[in-house]
Amino acid sequence: MKNLTNLTIKDALAALKKKEFTATELTEAHIKATEAARHLNCYITETFDIARKQAKESDARYAKGAAGLIDGIPIAMKDLYCTEGVQTTAGSKILKGFKPPYESTVSGNMFRDGAVMLGKSNLDEFAMGSSNTTSAYGNVINPWQRKGDNKPLVPGGSSGGSAAAVAARIALGATGTDTGGSIRQPAAFCGITGIKPTYGRCSRFGIVAFASSLDQAGPFARSVEDCALLLQSMAGFDPKDSTSVNRAVPDYTKSIGQSVKGLKVGVPKEYRVDGTNPEILQLWEKGVQMLKDAGAEIIDVSLPHTQYALQTYYVIAPAECSSNLARYDGVRFGLRVEGENLIDMYEKTRAEGFGKEVKRRILIGTYVLSAGYYDAYYNKARRVRKLIWQDFIEAYKKCDVLLTPTAPTAAFAIGEKMQDPVTMYLNDIFTVPASMAGMPGISLPAGLSADGLPLGLQLLGKPFDEETVFKAAHALEKAVNFTALPQLLLSKAA
Amino acid sequence: MAHALLKGETGEWEMVIGLEVHAQVLTKSKLFSGASADFGAAPNAQVSPVDAGMPGMLPVINKLCVEHAVRTGLGINAAINLYSVFERKNYFYPDLPQGYQISQYAHPIVGNGFIEIDLQDGSSKVVGIERLHLEQDAGKSLHDQHPSKSYVDLNRSGNPLMEIVSKPEMNSAEEAAAYVTKLRAILRYLGTCDGNMDEGSMRCDVNVSVRRPGEELGTRCEIKNVNSIRFVSQAIEYEARRQIEVIEGGGKITQETRLFDTKAGTTRTMRSKEDAHDYRYFPDPDLLPLKLEQKFVDDIKKSLPELPDAKKKRLIASGLSPYDASVLVADKERVDFFEKVANNNDAKLAANWVTTELTGALNKAEKELSQSPVSAVQLGELIALISNDTISGKIAKEVFAEMFATGKNAAAIVESKGLKQVTDSGAIEKIVDEVLRENPDKIAEYRSGKDKLFGFFVGQVLKKSGGKANPGMVNDLLKSKLNQQ
Repeated sequence: MKNLTNLTIKDALAALKKKEFTATELTEAHIKATEAARHLNCYITETFDIARKQAKESDARYAKGAAGLIDGIPIAMKDLYCTEGVQTTAGSKILKGFKPPYESTVSGNMFRDGAVMLGKSNLDEFAMGSSNTTSAYGNVINPWQRKGDNKPLVPGGSSGGSAAAVAARIALGATGTDTGGSIRQPAAFCGITGIKPTYGRCSRFGIVAFASSLDQAGPFARSVEDCALLLQSMAGFDPKDSTSVNRAVPDYTKSIGQSVKGLKVGVPKEYRVDGTNPEILQLWEKGVQMLKDAGAEIIDVSLPHTQYALQTYYVIAPAECSSNLARYDGVRFGLRVEGENLIDMYEKTRAEGFGKEVKRRILIGTYVLSAGYYDAYYNKARRVRKLIWQDFIEAYKKCDVLLTPTAPTAAFAIGEKMQDPVTMYLNDIFTVPASMAGMPGISLPAGLSADGLPLGLQLLGKPFDEETVFKAAHALEKAVNFTALPQLLLSKAA
Repeated sequence: MAHALLKGETGEWEMVIGLEVHAQVLTKSKLFSGASADFGAAPNAQVSPVDAGMPGMLPVINKLCVEHAVRTGLGINAAINLYSVFERKNYFYPDLPQGYQISQYAHPIVGNGFIEIDLQDGSSKVVGIERLHLEQDAGKSLHDQHPSKSYVDLNRSGNPLMEIVSKPEMNSAEEAAAYVTKLRAILRYLGTCDGNMDEGSMRCDVNVSVRRPGEELGTRCEIKNVNSIRFVSQAIEYEARRQIEVIEGGGKITQETRLFDTKAGTTRTMRSKEDAHDYRYFPDPDLLPLKLEQKFVDDIKKSLPELPDAKKKRLIASGLSPYDASVLVADKERVDFFEKVANNNDAKLAANWVTTELTGALNKAEKELSQSPVSAVQLGELIALISNDTISGKIAKEVFAEMFATGKNAAAIVESKGLKQVTDSGAIEKIVDEVLRENPDKIAEYRSGKDKLFGFFVGQVLKKSGGKANPGMVNDLLKSKLNQQ
């Protein structure tokens, strides 16, 4: 029998349809792999019973010829998505044991299409982080390792558990959320593909909020086409989310394999920032050349306000989170630490329930919204955000997509970059601008660093033009032909 | 009276009053969730995950609330803002599940407007309105259910409120009471709020300051959550007096929020300005700015009902006294009832019957107008019988009493009891002749100049007819017979 855990979703679906194996067999193979890879700490909650039940139901649908879009595909669900009756923690102690009585729209869409949930994947607490080291449920270990060095590396974040699970071949795909790079950066660190669609493309209903004007759901997979399939299932208008946009979801898989001849690929000069690993700049040039060779037209563009994106992001996102996280007060759900009086109960609960990074951002956010500072910080940041958006709109008058690196470095070791928060925040320097502008962006593996770690390139598109993003990404994927496997899998094979 | 000055130890003082009225929008469901907004359900029976501030829940605006806010804005002669923004007002409290209240701040849905208030001396005054905005209500904390614990009821959490902010343009408790009365009448006419202050669907925050006439505004105190018109007056009277005493005693008024003690009739400090929250308002990223089309506003404008001031003018033009008209329009239910009674009837007669006979009977029976055993149509039928001389006014009262007791129609009672007025001149003449025959001495007295006896003859005839003889015809006949020698 085939190695069931190293398939693409596309191939797995074809095989299920041809009854080469059953959804139950596919799920069992992944459960076994998950059990063998528990040291990576990809999941906060394993949901094998649910997975087995869903696989059984999937097999019944295949038997009737009534299978859905992603029927029988075992996936990891980022533990930021509320799943009815299943513990949803957002990586925080404050939500330990919380079982929502409702299903997020996106996870509901995927179950409607036959997805099988293996577990709730680990993440930075409330999706705040770029290394999955702020989770109250422990670090996630990247299945990749540097050549000749077995120091555990971070998977990136915040969707670290999802990215690591897909890279470690313990899930065929996964859901993530991206606020400032939380899908694209871990995809790059783990050598897989992940897309953050346009803001408003997927419903945020039932996804624990971090920064509402930035949060967007998206998938991880091991190919561009698999991402297109998963996004197809996840996306769509939802009347329960006022910021979701009412437009039809196109058939994204139709973009796969289309020629990029004549496609205008913009290369923004502002992304050549100091401190970027020269290997990454070389990789970027290689990517440009590959798209050129495939027939695309390369255009130099400028996004002049890029340098302000990160600072602006670290005003807006904390401002929103300081308000979004006010509901975790010990009154109605989650953790409560009793106190002398109401204020004492609030303080004790939040002091114990939230981790350091979350507290830092709540404090920053409270500060930038407070009387006397509001105009200098929050209002100014909103104005700059508009300029960043304007940059993209101007650039897209000249090109169809933008090609940039995903992150300034490859995955780093746990403990590195943790001396001060700003160094950590710099990880998102290439992903944050598109988040601020609400533009879609995909990251795909484009090569290996000298010490054997995957490096990603990012393609950004026009609002609601995920089709062109998929088209360009698939062309690049073909040219790159990334086949490297994480050392973890190689060592196991050996 | 309207501009009453208060006398202190050191001279005269003028009160300056502004009101913030919270009016619950009359809808089935909440402002941002589908849960019921009805009053009186068991605690926490009407709470959706959105209202409880559960993780990942998102608000979705209730379109009817927007319509009602626009309708109300038009009813208070205000500018409608086609662009408005929902913002978050952030503070912690157990009955505020999200940790913020969704409200409107920099960009309210309704801007400047005004209403005309009616004062007891018959004069009226225009009071400016600064804004109307939509916001969600908080839940309710219950502190009296357990010796050491507090309970939270979230039924009210997320209920739609319109906050209507007046300009500080009132100068007496009477004006403030008249303002709330008029505003409540307008809301009820519009059907946008039921105005039931005892159920909390209309509540007032009262801002009071005092100053020497003509001088700059003094420091104000805000009295929170006053829940009846009578209490509004009482709270203002007390608070103004308190402030004058403080100032005249050499003290200073500190800006603060106060509570009105309904039992003692006094106000006391709730929190000082130093304890005031920094609400950190910012646009709610879960909701897009609210953009209205002019057509949406125009369509609502076209469907506006007649409002109290216009109705009052029309009623006066139809023959009612300004007083009767005022009394009727002040109460939407009563004026609606009246208009049904007055349909095709004499307006003045209808007004008298509604305000005196019916109201008296209802009061006596301790019943509300909505529980009246006599419907408006039935009362109208009764009045029609008076107008077309089928029965006299006196018989009508008898018929009405019967209607009130049994719910039967006037015509049926008149028929079954044979109360129909006798207008047959032959029949009346027969009775007149009988009366004259029986009283020759009285005739002689009358003819010798005792004119007052005419009333005696009329009374005798009516009595013999069982009250049914048409009084006009009786008069005419008696006159002609007594005067012929």
